Amino acid sequence: MSEIVSKTILQIKEGLKKRDYSALEVTDAFISASESNKKLNFYNTFTKEKAIEMAKTSQSRIDSGEDKILDGIPIAIKDLFCTEGTLTTASSKILGNFIPNYESTVTQNLWDAGAIMLGKVGCDEFAMGSSNETSFFGEVINPWSKVINKNLSPGGSSGGSAAVVSAGAALAATGTDTGGSIRQPAAFCGVTGIKPTYGRCSRWGIIAFASSLDQAGPITKTVNDSALMLNVMSGFDPKDSTSANKNTPDFLKACGNFNLKNLKVGIPKEYQISGMSSEIINLWETGHGWLKDRGADIIEVSLPHTKYALPTYYVIAPAEASSNLARYDGVKYGYRNSQNHLDDLYANTRADGFGNEVKRRILIGTYVLSAGYYDAYYRKAQRVRNLIIQDFNKVFKDVDVILTPTTPSAAFEVGSQQDPISMYMNDVFTVPASLAGLPAMSVPSGLSTNGLPLGLQIIGKQFDEENVLKVASNIEDQAKFPFLN
Amino acid sequence: MEKFLIHGEKDDYQIVVGLEVHAQVNSQSKLFSGSSTNFGSKPNENVSLVDAAMPGMLPVINEFCIKQAIKSGLGLNAKINKFSVFDRKNYFYADLPQGYQISQYSDPIVGEGTVEINFPDGATKKIGIERIHLEQDAGKSLHDQHPSKSYIDLNRSGVALMEIVSKPDISSPEEAGAYIKKIRSILRYLGTCDGNMEQGSLRCDVNVSVKKDGDPLGIRCEIKNLNSVRFVMQAITTEAHRQVEEIENGNEIIQETRLFDAVKSETRPMRSKENAHDYRYFPDPDLIPLVLTDEYINDIKKSLPSLPDQIRKNLVDNYGVSEYDASVISEEKEISDYFFLASKGRDGKLVSNWLTTELFGSLNKNNLKIEDSPISPEHLGELVDFISDGTISGRIAKDVFAEMFETKKNPSNVIDEKGLKQISSSDDLIPMIERVISNNLDKVDEYKNGKEQLFGFFVGQVMKESSGKANPKLVNQLLKEKLN
Amino acid sequence: MPIDKDTVSKVSNLARIKIDNNQLEKISKELEAVMGWIDSLSEVETSGIEPVANVTGQKLPLREDKVTDGGYSDKILNNAPEKEGGFFVVPKVIE
Ligand SMILES: [Mg+2]
Ligand SMILES: [Zn+2]
Repeated sequence: MSEIVSKTILQIKEGLKKRDYSALEVTDAFISASESNKKLNFYNTFTKEKAIEMAKTSQSRIDSGEDKILDGIPIAIKDLFCTEGTLTTASSKILGNFIPNYESTVTQNLWDAGAIMLGKVGCDEFAMGSSNETSFFGEVINPWSKVINKNLSPGGSSGGSAAVVSAGAALAATGTDTGGSIRQPAAFCGVTGIKPTYGRCSRWGIIAFASSLDQAGPITKTVNDSALMLNVMSGFDPKDSTSANKNTPDFLKACGNFNLKNLKVGIPKEYQISGMSSEIINLWETGHGWLKDRGADIIEVSLPHTKYALPTYYVIAPAEASSNLARYDGVKYGYRNSQNHLDDLYANTRADGFGNEVKRRILIGTYVLSAGYYDAYYRKAQRVRNLIIQDFNKVFKDVDVILTPTTPSAAFEVGSQQDPISMYMNDVFTVPASLAGLPAMSVPSGLSTNGLPLGLQIIGKQFDEENVLKVASNIEDQAKFPFLN
Repeated sequence: MEKFLIHGEKDDYQIVVGLEVHAQVNSQSKLFSGSSTNFGSKPNENVSLVDAAMPGMLPVINEFCIKQAIKSGLGLNAKINKFSVFDRKNYFYADLPQGYQISQYSDPIVGEGTVEINFPDGATKKIGIERIHLEQDAGKSLHDQHPSKSYIDLNRSGVALMEIVSKPDISSPEEAGAYIKKIRSILRYLGTCDGNMEQGSLRCDVNVSVKKDGDPLGIRCEIKNLNSVRFVMQAITTEAHRQVEEIENGNEIIQETRLFDAVKSETRPMRSKENAHDYRYFPDPDLIPLVLTDEYINDIKKSLPSLPDQIRKNLVDNYGVSEYDASVISEEKEISDYFFLASKGRDGKLVSNWLTTELFGSLNKNNLKIEDSPISPEHLGELVDFISDGTISGRIAKDVFAEMFETKKNPSNVIDEKGLKQISSSDDLIPMIERVISNNLDKVDEYKNGKEQLFGFFVGQVMKESSGKANPKLVNQLLKEKLN
Repeated sequence: MPIDKDTVSKVSNLARIKIDNNQLEKISKELEAVMGWIDSLSEVETSGIEPVANVTGQKLPLREDKVTDGGYSDKILNNAPEKEGGFFVVPKVIE
């Protein structure tokens, strides 16, 4: 049975169809894998009973020949998606007791397609972090830690999502990405993750971090599985005013085409940052080579405002967050530090309820929006954001996709990065696409010298996930990445 | 018009007032959610997940509210902005569940306009409109339910408001009152706000400052949440006097938000607003700017009804109604609707007299609104017809009117049943006149000897003989013939 | 841009996050470091460049004016730390 957990969604679907195993057996296998990996701390809330119940329902549909696209597929949900009747905490003390009585659109889409919920996986608090260490419930541990016998960060914020898939404890997981929160942990954990175009997946019911940047996406082992998950997760939602009123193409069809003739791949020279390790540079070059072998044209391009993307992001995201997180005030739900005066109640509830990184970002966000600083910081960042978008628009006149490394390094040790700014540098390659709302994907592409996963990032034009997936499946095919499980 | 001045101990002061009117859009559902705007429901009953700011909830705008704001802008002769933005106004308050109010800051949906206000003596003044923006209402805090707690009801949370901001063009409490009445009247004609001040559908914030003639603008104070015209006028007077007193005592006016206490007739600083605010407005990233086309705006323009100024002019120019009556009739849509129905094909002047004196008098006495008038406009019109064609006299008409008001009967039934038809034939009147003459031969002699003032006595006697139904004009004429 | 303790306490008050006095110094240094790094934005020439708040390129979707939601006060109050008689309850606010 244990070989079940090393399969992909498509393989499990095939097995279920052929009655090699039942949905319940599949679910049991992933439950056991989760339980035997307890020390990796995947889950804020493990919903074993619910999973078994959902598996039974799936199996009865399979038996009656009315099975849906994800029937029998156990998945994990980032604890940022509101799930009806199941604790949803954003990995924060302030929502430590919050049980929504509503279901996010994306998770509802998944349940409607038959997917089985294993539980809510940990993430950085309110998705603010690149290491999972800001979680109130303790960081998730990267399953690759065993390779070097040190506790490695799974990355973040969707670190739990990437780790649980990497360990073979779930077939897929949902993630959210604001500045790299799907792609960076996917790269660190040696799995695949796509942040689709802003607006592709509904934000309704996902706890907001920075509304103009937040986007949901899947984390899976393979590109095909990501495409399949994205098919289900995407779609117009009238409850989200920023949701794209566009049809969802069949993303799976975009995968597995190994002829890249006429496809133009841009290599942005500004992504060669100083101090980048040679293993990353080598991997990137290997990546060009693979695509060139398949017939693609490799073109050097310039995105001149790249180096301003991170500072821009660290104005805009905290500004939006400072406002989005104002609702956590101890009045309507969540943690309350009771006081005799309302303002004390607010100030103490929020001082105790939020962790340091969240507080830091709220303070930065409040500062950059406050009187006297708005123009110098917030308005300025909005203008630079425009320049970054214009950079991409210009480049995408000449190329179909852009290829970059996902991260400037492999996974780091838990506790090794104490300084906020060096932590923020983790997202140096992922943030520009976020600011421009573009689809971007990380594919596991190789190993570092000490045997840790490295990812390549493919950035596409707005709503052109198809070319991103196409290129990703070519890299996947050639990288022959040695998955952990 | 005479300039309104506050007379201090040392100097005279002018007052400068700007008003922010918060008018509730008369929508069924809220500005950004599908919950009901019903008034008077159980606490937290008309609250959606969005209104309660549950994690992950998102706003979706109600198109009707956009159209109503545009309509209101057009009704106030204002510029409609084809590009507008929804911003977040950030502050913490118990009845503000999101921790921000979605409002419009630098790009409101409606720009500058003007409104003409009217005074009882027929004078008018133009007041500038600065802008109108759409925004969410907050919930309600109840402070008197418990000794140490406040109770929060979010039923109003997210209800659509139009904030109509005037220029500081108002210079007396009376002008402020006239301005609010006019705004209310226009919105009610447009059907964009029901104008119900008791239920809070229309509330005012008043900015007041005082200055000596020729001086620059003084520091202003904002008095929040006034829910009647009377309170607005009282609050302005009270606050202006306070400011004059402060200045004359050598103190500076501090820009602050104050509350009006009608019982104590004073204004005092609002404690909850003590922390100087920095609202950190920024575009709501959950929403996209609103872009309107000319076509969209023109379609709304085409649907605009006649407004009070036009109606007033029409009443004066085409119906012969006096300026004063015209402004009274045009103020409320229900009244002008009544008037136009009642005066259809008749003498408008006569109808307006009956409407503004008899009908208004009786409605007031019985505490009724015109919509609930027992006399329908058609019946009032018929009554006027019976007067015009001489069927009844004006005096009898008052009795008929009273009976109609009491019984809701139509005037011809009342006249028939009570036999009140005017006697207008000489054949019927001459015998009565002869009877009066033969019964008062002594007075006839006195009259003929020059005591002409007795003529009225004979008229009265004839009227009495006819139980008041004789046509007074004809009686006059016939009596003159008989006596001379 | 130096961020002094007063600024930190002003901002923390606006954000309703209590910061103990003995933390102000440390936090002001942290914020100063981050803001110093962000200050590189001032190098960018942005005159004539429009500020961008969203990237959807879509039109604002409009909703019909219909009552489609609400009517579940128990659900609204379900997670409330303190409630009574259908109300949320907070310490008394003095206007
Ligand atoms: Mg105001
Ligand atoms: Zn307002």
